[in-house]
Amino acid sequence: MKDVKEPSYGAGTIWLFNMAWRDARASMKRLLLFMASITLGIAALVAIESFGENLKENFNQQSKSLMGADFLIASNQPPSPKVQKMIDSLGGADAKEINFPSMAAFPKSGTTKLVLVRGIDGGFPFYGMLETIPVSAAKNYQAEGGALVDATLMLQFGLKQGDSIKIGLETLPISGSITSGPGSTGISASVAPPVFIPYGSIEKTGLIQTGSRIEYKNYFVADPEPNYISLAKKLDPVLDAENADLDTHESTGRQLGRRYDNFGKFLNLVAFVALLLGCVGVASSVHIYIKEKLSSIAVLKCLGATRKQTFLIYLIQIAGMGLIGGILGTIIGLALQQLFPIILEDFLPIQLKTSFAIRPLIIGPLLGLCMSVLFALSPLLSTWYVSPLQVLRIQEGVSRKTRRANLFIFTFILGFLLVFSYWLLRNIWYALGFVAGIMVVFSILTGIAVLFMRIIKRYFPASWGFTARQSLLNLYRPNNQTLVLLLSIGVGTFLISTLYFTKDILLAKTSFESSQDTPNLILMDVQTNETSEVAQTIRTNGLKVVDNIPIVTMRMQSIKGRSVNDIRQDTARTINGWILNHEFRVTYRDSLIDSETLASGTWNPEFQKGAAIPISLSDNIARDAQVVEGDTLVFNVQGVLMTTVVASIRNVDWGRMQMNFSVIFPTKVLENAPQFHILTTNVPNEKSSATLQKVLVRKFPTVSIIDIRQLLKMVEDILDKIAWVINFMAFFSILTGIIVLFGSVRNSKYQRIKESVLLRTLGAKAKQILKISALEYIYLGILGSGMGLLLSLIGSQLLAIFVFKTSFTPSWVPFFVLVPGITLLVLIIGLANSRSVLNSPPLEVLRKEGG
Amino acid sequence: MTKILNVNNLGKSYTSGSKKLTVLEDISFEVDEGATFAIVGPSGSGKTTLLGLCAGLDEPDTGTVFLCGTEINTLDEDQRAQLRNQKVGFIFQNFQLLPTLTALENVTVPLELQGDKNARKFGLELLEKVGLADRSHHYPSQLSGGEQQRVALARAFSNKPSILFADEPTGNLDAETGEKVIELLFDLNKEAGTTLIIVTHDYDLASRTQRILKLRGGKIMSDQLMSAL
Repeated sequence: MKDVKEPSYGAGTIWLFNMAWRDARASMKRLLLFMASITLGIAALVAIESFGENLKENFNQQSKSLMGADFLIASNQPPSPKVQKMIDSLGGADAKEINFPSMAAFPKSGTTKLVLVRGIDGGFPFYGMLETIPVSAAKNYQAEGGALVDATLMLQFGLKQGDSIKIGLETLPISGSITSGPGSTGISASVAPPVFIPYGSIEKTGLIQTGSRIEYKNYFVADPEPNYISLAKKLDPVLDAENADLDTHESTGRQLGRRYDNFGKFLNLVAFVALLLGCVGVASSVHIYIKEKLSSIAVLKCLGATRKQTFLIYLIQIAGMGLIGGILGTIIGLALQQLFPIILEDFLPIQLKTSFAIRPLIIGPLLGLCMSVLFALSPLLSTWYVSPLQVLRIQEGVSRKTRRANLFIFTFILGFLLVFSYWLLRNIWYALGFVAGIMVVFSILTGIAVLFMRIIKRYFPASWGFTARQSLLNLYRPNNQTLVLLLSIGVGTFLISTLYFTKDILLAKTSFESSQDTPNLILMDVQTNETSEVAQTIRTNGLKVVDNIPIVTMRMQSIKGRSVNDIRQDTARTINGWILNHEFRVTYRDSLIDSETLASGTWNPEFQKGAAIPISLSDNIARDAQVVEGDTLVFNVQGVLMTTVVASIRNVDWGRMQMNFSVIFPTKVLENAPQFHILTTNVPNEKSSATLQKVLVRKFPTVSIIDIRQLLKMVEDILDKIAWVINFMAFFSILTGIIVLFGSVRNSKYQRIKESVLLRTLGAKAKQILKISALEYIYLGILGSGMGLLLSLIGSQLLAIFVFKTSFTPSWVPFFVLVPGITLLVLIIGLANSRSVLNSPPLEVLRKEGG
Repeated sequence: MTKILNVNNLGKSYTSGSKKLTVLEDISFEVDEGATFAIVGPSGSGKTTLLGLCAGLDEPDTGTVFLCGTEINTLDEDQRAQLRNQKVGFIFQNFQLLPTLTALENVTVPLELQGDKNARKFGLELLEKVGLADRSHHYPSQLSGGEQQRVALARAFSNKPSILFADEPTGNLDAETGEKVIELLFDLNKEAGTTLIIVTHDYDLASRTQRILKLRGGKIMSDQLMSAL
């Protein structure tokens, strides 16, 4: 080229920004709407991410207070001589604890309650505070021989300092109430609230006997700079062999952090879906926006702008809006973050202090920028292919180049989603599943939209009236919004109704039939010699003993001929570690129960002398221990070794509210082994439950009683709170959905406005135009929400069958509230947007639009 | 005299469905620098297509176009854009102002694309010349059709083009306004010494140029100098 200067000659970056701004200011309302679509999703993500970071930080900082010491050695039996030697070699424990769940009776009110008895010796806790009322009680209860009782429990039962509490055979005065301390918050504390008593009083309660679930803890304060790795290396092998554990404050903090991390990950996904929904809105808004800019782009190219320049002008606009949306979202998210500790207060074992973490501060704006650009890239790319010839005539059609570019962008988006999901979930399979799920929902909704348009086109009801025909025509004419609206309405409805249905499933899972044969009061730790007397007490109260289950505790000695000690040493072992250290609670009986089905092998009702003992394992134990039928297992039954052979494997529905067992012996083996019993009964109401509990605790102080109905109420309460949190998150999806809907309908307004004005010019009445719009939005509303609901029903049914393994009856809310509600919302937004067309003279609108 | 536009054996066809539609066939002509030139013909004769090809807005199927000494067929799209920016001005029937830019911003865009620091000053001078200095901050939607076309005129001359293509410049205007715009166009053109190529079906307008090329069915029917008529 002779005269033309090189590309670097012309307008610089500043001009590009200047042009982007000049163009954006005229379309500010629409760009703001586009920005709002992503803001909420980012706000939700930032809030949860910051909260998660805070939680991790708090767990790390408060791990010592959570444990009350630097590390501890725990076991379910008194320290063996070897373990005791090890404790002594560490300079002796700084504090000791024996704890177990037990019934506590309050003589003043004659009431009883399951509590966690903690017998303490020494200055525990060494970190954090045991906060009591009065303050001095924490220091003095051991010397006074008093008890410290959980403050909520005190309040519930109207107890005061100086009242007495009876635990087993021992009655102690209440020295004070515990308002805060290690292990005194969280869900477990509400099932069995803690009661601190002096270590010396434990023996006097008479509760330490066969079958009691007792935990022995030895607390240590470490050197200023402890090396936990070498400590664990030194102690773990010996402790494992003696069925004891070493827990450091760091590992406890990490474990707790991980548990809450999972909940956080789930919430993150909900937020991410809200963001994705927003991105669909961005893609559709930008698609229409750019389409309207095509003639301006052609003019710019005609005047000499290069492809890159025109592309960059609009990219800067979108990126700018994405960035501002991201920053706004981050600010809102940080404000929301302050709410989480209040919402989740009951679930957290620690006092949460919120602070601003750096990571979410970077992620929010970055995500706003990346997501908006990514999802706008396909429509943005069309600016590249606009020919300047369009100033002279309109060119329609999609070139092969554009299709290839779109395919590339689509792959890139999927890749980004996968990477981001992986980053959120830290598990490639979950991330793949999530992206695949999203793809399936989006594809089905897209498919339905396309199919719907084709069906209308093919079977168009030509005999319908003018307005009905026009509204149907709007659904498949060029520039229609059917796909985008169906997607946003469908995904929104899908999300909200799935949340409802999942709650239904979870609640169905925990509900149980209230027939007379269904036990709802469980009596634990009943000694063999007490069994008949306890049963008699139940019967004299006019109730039936539903189950009388014998329990024998044992540990695995060897698996398939290899001792568990050997397996422990094997660093390449694939057997699940818990199997090696677990104390199994085993029963024996001659038949299967409702919750069990035989997966393989044969069921042996009783032991035939001369053969190996045939046992039945639950499928999860067989899997974790890597054994199949015919494999040999040796159990250590409190000192006696018993060689058994796996005769059958059972599927067990652990979700049922009944006593299930992983290992079952046949009859005529364990009858004489040291054992205890679990008795169950059905109490018709709270009053008879309280009466029976009172009698039982008085007569059998060592028996622990669990009222399933109270437990269920607690589970429901917890589920309600979780549901509240999830609904709170879903709110972001809903709000985003509404914004996207608003954006989509507004975009369709620009599409429809000229047609409406032309119809007005040709003499159509306002009522007719209104009816055309109303019908179009009603079709879209019903179809979108209906499809979303249907998909959610299918999805929830699959979840119920394959994940929760239960049947599920869907809640009526989505059917009668969501579908009409969302349709009405679409209609209102749609008609509100048509108002300006109806209220202005045709020429005014045409001039405005034409300009 | 130097030839500013040289068109040789130009041919262009479009595919509509399965049919091939020949719009231009074997078109050849030359235009002298500084001349005024009109392409006339009925609707569908290929006038606008020819203008698009001459201005480098489209690529021919056959033949060559030399614009300001450059064979535009050999340039890629961005190079053609730069050539237009430096050498070519445009006026369209439907004005083609950028609706989101003010009158002044519309005028200065070609200069800004060149990186000209005095774009604003020169843009204001041009608006003054077309009588719209007081409307410089108005958006196109706030201007009448005639005013919009005057802004388009100012924009067309803003980059001091060597050649100016006008596609039916009065097509969207009433006769009186159209006449005023044409007067202005010719005055500005004379003052700048620009080559002017007008595409029109208005024979009166065409007759104000020095030479008329008549098209019919994509072929040249006649190529006459006005002095010869």
